[in-house]
Amino acid sequence: MTPKTLYQKIWDSHIVREEPGQPSIIYIDRHLIHEGTSPQAFAGLRAEGRKVRRPDLTFAVMDHSVSTTDRTLPILDNDAKLQFEALEKNCRESGVRLFDMNSKNQGIVHIIGPELGITQPGQTIVCGDSHTSTHGAFGTLAFGIGTSEVEHVLATQCLVQSRSKTLHILVHGKRPRGVTAKDLILAIIGKIGIGGGNGHVAEYGGEAIRSLSMDGRMTVCNMTIEGGARAGMVAPDETTFAYLEGRPFVPRGKAFQEAVGCWKRLHSDENAKFDMTVELHAEQIAPQVTWGTNPGMVTSVTARVPDPHDFKDLNDQKATESALKYMGLKAGTPIVDIPVDRVFIGSCTNSRLDDLRAAAHFVEGKHVAKNIKQALIVPGSRGIKTQAEKEGLDKIFTAAGFEWRDAGCSMCIGMNADVLPPHERSASTSNRNFEGRQGKDSRTHLVSPVMAAAAAIAGHFVDVRSLDVLPVE
Amino acid sequence: MQPFSTHTGMVMPLDRVNVDTDQMVPKQFLKALTREGFGRILFYDWRYLPGEKPNPEFVLNFPRYKGASVLLARANFGCGSSREHAPWGVKDYGFRVVIAPSYADIFYNNCFKNGILPASLPEDQVDELFKRTEKEAGYSLTVNLPNQTISDRHGLIFKFEIVPSRKEVLLKGLDDIGTTLQHAAEIDSYEKTHAATATMYDSVDVKYYSNGR
Repeated sequence: MTPKTLYQKIWDSHIVREEPGQPSIIYIDRHLIHEGTSPQAFAGLRAEGRKVRRPDLTFAVMDHSVSTTDRTLPILDNDAKLQFEALEKNCRESGVRLFDMNSKNQGIVHIIGPELGITQPGQTIVCGDSHTSTHGAFGTLAFGIGTSEVEHVLATQCLVQSRSKTLHILVHGKRPRGVTAKDLILAIIGKIGIGGGNGHVAEYGGEAIRSLSMDGRMTVCNMTIEGGARAGMVAPDETTFAYLEGRPFVPRGKAFQEAVGCWKRLHSDENAKFDMTVELHAEQIAPQVTWGTNPGMVTSVTARVPDPHDFKDLNDQKATESALKYMGLKAGTPIVDIPVDRVFIGSCTNSRLDDLRAAAHFVEGKHVAKNIKQALIVPGSRGIKTQAEKEGLDKIFTAAGFEWRDAGCSMCIGMNADVLPPHERSASTSNRNFEGRQGKDSRTHLVSPVMAAAAAIAGHFVDVRSLDVLPVE
Repeated sequence: MQPFSTHTGMVMPLDRVNVDTDQMVPKQFLKALTREGFGRILFYDWRYLPGEKPNPEFVLNFPRYKGASVLLARANFGCGSSREHAPWGVKDYGFRVVIAPSYADIFYNNCFKNGILPASLPEDQVDELFKRTEKEAGYSLTVNLPNQTISDRHGLIFKFEIVPSRKEVLLKGLDDIGTTLQHAAEIDSYEKTHAATATMYDSVDVKYYSNGR
């Protein structure tokens, strides 16, 4: 038999219909929806008199626009309120489970899927959100879709898709201390470029990936889309199974053992062919900081802001020039000399327990620098928030001058009140540094949680490897 | 969906690589409940100064491109967020065609759901179109989907590639959902056989449901 990649195995097991020369109809095992990209899909269904085919496989949550402060207060943003009400009504009428903003399980859609065990190896998962790639950390085929496709999945539990090309990303060797999953993925995006993975599904491998916790693997898969590949995956292993066991939606007892037996077959066969392979060495990767207006505009903390003339391509020169202007940066400035106004630790990229523990360990007994106007900690879910509070992390953060908030997308996208003001500069653990992403005219630097914590304490970026207070890994 | 066959229209050049969907429709407009009205806010932060005064430096506001319906762009157009609000905005503004060397996957896919043709041409041909657009006021192109050609009135003619099934969707203005539902029996049968495998289970544990207030 021809050796298959993990992607091919999952694809093949989900074909409902295929015809030569036509895209296939593939089955979707889990459909996640949120308030932002679903109202038009439900309206479309209603207009055509169609019903949600599998409400039992559809899961809804409020995350993009929710307040991270007191939720008992009235919602002042009327547009957001209408969206919440629409989601509630749509879920009620179609029988879809909703984790609303007062649910103890509420959180960012890509955080709660895995946390509740809704996400399982071998599945196909879609959501009207590009960071759906996160779920690939479990060896699932998970990708973001537009609202028309959300409507399509609601109506049919299927999608019409063509097979993607495959991209193997190997990170060899051991991660140095102070180099996190976030630094690996930023380095990967820096290498392949933000369109480098277009048309591909990525599979990650190599020692530096395999040795990551599930939280770390989710960080890597989450930002796969920033390199252009719609989905990124890591083959499931003992780390995956240990994470999943006992989670609410995961089968228990004998059924769990049977599931693990199936999940163990989910890996790329030896000699499976990938359309493209990229290799990196973890030892050569330093902590990363973005300097520009897309995630591929990234460099090592020890480097300097690049000069437009460092680039050969005319389009790159122009893009760099425009990015430096937007970011208010001078070419040649050492990254460690860039002062920061606000710090945001959160988002579907870096708001999990590992992230919060690492940041808390770093800031314990210290205080945020005088020039920092705000330092936000936004746990990815209420489940994470509760656990972090049990561990006393909230106390460490608040004592150090951070604000401890409720769960949601928050300042990653700034759809609620958590907005980065114009011309202010953030050290942010989120995933996008596009113009205006965190707020109009705001300036985002994407970094790891440890780097964000260090920037909060120092007031500027620092080479966290040079400090002796790194978390033990 | 509105079918697409042949379109002739004025070209607007957006000379920038990696234009992301956050720029097309910024976050504050993602709280809408309908698909309509995004043309007015397309490229909002680039297009408007405070008080929604048109920014005279942004190409969309150049009087010479008023009424353009072909958007000429650079590589990796539409990267970032999956928001379909971006193509809704492109369409609602009046663009029927985008021409670029490459597109981000999700945006590309979303175009086909909205009757927009995202045509791909090699970099050097896109460069040539930028030059001609710059040089000639009111420069327009004819985009012929059946023949897969892009041509101007001076005799320039470029051929573009498109996957046949994608082409058919645009030409016929097909309703995807309706097409898939014609295969409902196959979906039923897939569900029956697939339910027994560990990756799906018949349904998730419905007993577990907590909104624990």
